[in-house]
Amino acid sequence: MYYLFDGSYAGFLCCVFESFERKEQNVNPLMPQQFSGDFFIDKRDIYTDSAKAKRVQDGLQRKIGVEKTKDFYRVFLSEDEKAWNASFKIITAIFKTGIAILENFGDVDVLYFAQTLKKVSRERHRMKAFVRFQKSSDGMYFALIEPDFNVLPLVADFFRKRYADQLWLIYDVKRKYGLLYDKVAVSEVALSPEQKQSLTAPVIAISLDEQDEKFQNLWQQYFKSTNIEARKNLKLHLQHVPKRYWKYLVEKKG
Amino acid sequence: MERIEEKLKILADAAKYDVSCSSSGSKRKNTGGIGDASSSGICHTYTEDGRCVSLLKILLTNHCIYDCAFCVSRRSNDVKRAAFTIDEVVELTMNFYRRNYIEGLFLSSGIFKNADFTMERLLRIVKKLRIEEKYNGYIHLKTIPGASEELIKEAGLYVDRMSINLEMPTEAGLKMVAPDKDHESVKKPLAFVNEQMKGYRSESKIIKRVPVFVPAGQSTQIVIGATPETDFEIMNVAKTFYKNYQLKRVYYSGYVPVNTNNNLLPQVGSAPPLIRENRLYQTDWLLRFYGFELDEILNEEHTNLDLDIDPKLSWALRNPHLFPVDINRADYKMIIRIPGIGRQSALKIIQARKFGKLHEYQLRKMGIAYNRAKHFMVCADSPFILGMPGVSTIRNSILQNGNSKYKSKILEAQLALF
Repeated sequence: MYYLFDGSYAGFLCCVFESFERKEQNVNPLMPQQFSGDFFIDKRDIYTDSAKAKRVQDGLQRKIGVEKTKDFYRVFLSEDEKAWNASFKIITAIFKTGIAILENFGDVDVLYFAQTLKKVSRERHRMKAFVRFQKSSDGMYFALIEPDFNVLPLVADFFRKRYADQLWLIYDVKRKYGLLYDKVAVSEVALSPEQKQSLTAPVIAISLDEQDEKFQNLWQQYFKSTNIEARKNLKLHLQHVPKRYWKYLVEKKG
Repeated sequence: MERIEEKLKILADAAKYDVSCSSSGSKRKNTGGIGDASSSGICHTYTEDGRCVSLLKILLTNHCIYDCAFCVSRRSNDVKRAAFTIDEVVELTMNFYRRNYIEGLFLSSGIFKNADFTMERLLRIVKKLRIEEKYNGYIHLKTIPGASEELIKEAGLYVDRMSINLEMPTEAGLKMVAPDKDHESVKKPLAFVNEQMKGYRSESKIIKRVPVFVPAGQSTQIVIGATPETDFEIMNVAKTFYKNYQLKRVYYSGYVPVNTNNNLLPQVGSAPPLIRENRLYQTDWLLRFYGFELDEILNEEHTNLDLDIDPKLSWALRNPHLFPVDINRADYKMIIRIPGIGRQSALKIIQARKFGKLHEYQLRKMGIAYNRAKHFMVCADSPFILGMPGVSTIRNSILQNGNSKYKSKILEAQLALF
């Protein structure tokens, strides 16, 4: 049976709640836009209720601990339907059998869950590495990103601690939201619905600090000078810095 | 080109032969300023040679009173010279760091005037970053051999990692290319910093607030292929240094020729020994993380590593009596010795088999190099084979079917022999 939820993590946890409540088996959690209709299988709309979500989360934490419970959130951010399904089955199994089956890597779902977790964590690490701030004329450091997975929430803490004394904004172009830090706290910012719907891309006009270009040039110069021509290995280079990330990397634009 | 850009070009170029890149091992927190250290380290980008760029790696100056034949900044070499001012280094570091280009600063220098004068300048930069800029990012500082212990000790209170390079693996090798230098002047400060580190650590058990001293430890670098040492000699030196000075890393740097006037050294234009360098790193890892003893991999009979196969595979082929290993029964220590299985996969196997015997289809998905590992292991549904197939059969099968990144290079070299 398909459970259609709103795409939020709380909504996902509510799917778990409802499947237990209604004793329904073989559930596939999906967002409505992913659902293309299926003549033979039923569907049910699931409403997000944060109290129900919290009950599932608390239950999981009691069974497997706080840190392992977070892994389900991390895997959820992969936005991968197959990983959601695997997570759903694993959570159900944890509640039913009471055993932390998370180590059963011989099982297809557990292995897929573990592999997705790894992918998300790699993307998270990449964003710590590949974010390139530009300084605007009003002193704000801003960066655009397009990560493979929705990892922005997973790096907020890292950037808040590291760049505690500067204003910064990291904006996910693909998912159309960003995180803004005002030297006190991190908050989420998004385009208005009209801007999101507009057919032309919103013009993001930020005037740069007069020194910014100088440091971009110096960085490009450094990147060139620190390379050893006699050791050239483009295959390895591409493996570490895949082309899809180049768009926002100062050193690959020069 | 602006002057600062030209300086950066010269002084980054002169620093790049120092291969240490790591920004890991420190837990420095942001205490009301900017920056912190990520304990696992972060590589912010990679150059076209495939090496990671984590730190802004520069020399303060490439003026040097020494004339070491292997070094691009040697006194007699006709290269452009430059020197940063203290403010320039601080400005570059802070502006790169604030834009998230780098994890921190790697600062080295040619020796100008004398060791203390140079060390004192380096120390002033480090202090300015920490105190005036409230900078808590990573700093890797070169210890200048011959600098006074007071200066080294003070520097240790501000930096995350310190290092001094052995350069040539043996004293004899070093004397050939750098008559003014010796290993003793490297060992002494390494030992001094190590003693200080131990001192601060034991104090911190008694007193709550003890300043951190070189929290990410020390490292060194050995140049490979400039002088004629064997791999056995090289790894023996590495082993001794890991043990005696508790080094965090020994770096092996394939020599890139930069000198046309010295016929003891490989000539400019000859390729750096990259495969050999890789095999040495693999050996280093086997010793530190896989429970191997050096004499299992290299010994009096077997003084150089195979280039066409990795050292673990080479060891396994020399010890066929230990295989095949039963994946469903063997302990972790033995599973990580199977060629093609790493530590992560071994851990997965150990956990997974508690839920039932593992079969081939499961192992294939777990991230092991199955085509290599299959010769050395059995699982629940392995066909029963009487005895191990011949060692040379396995070796050829792996070499022909595998897609080693060095395949073409090794084939080329072999063809060139005929």
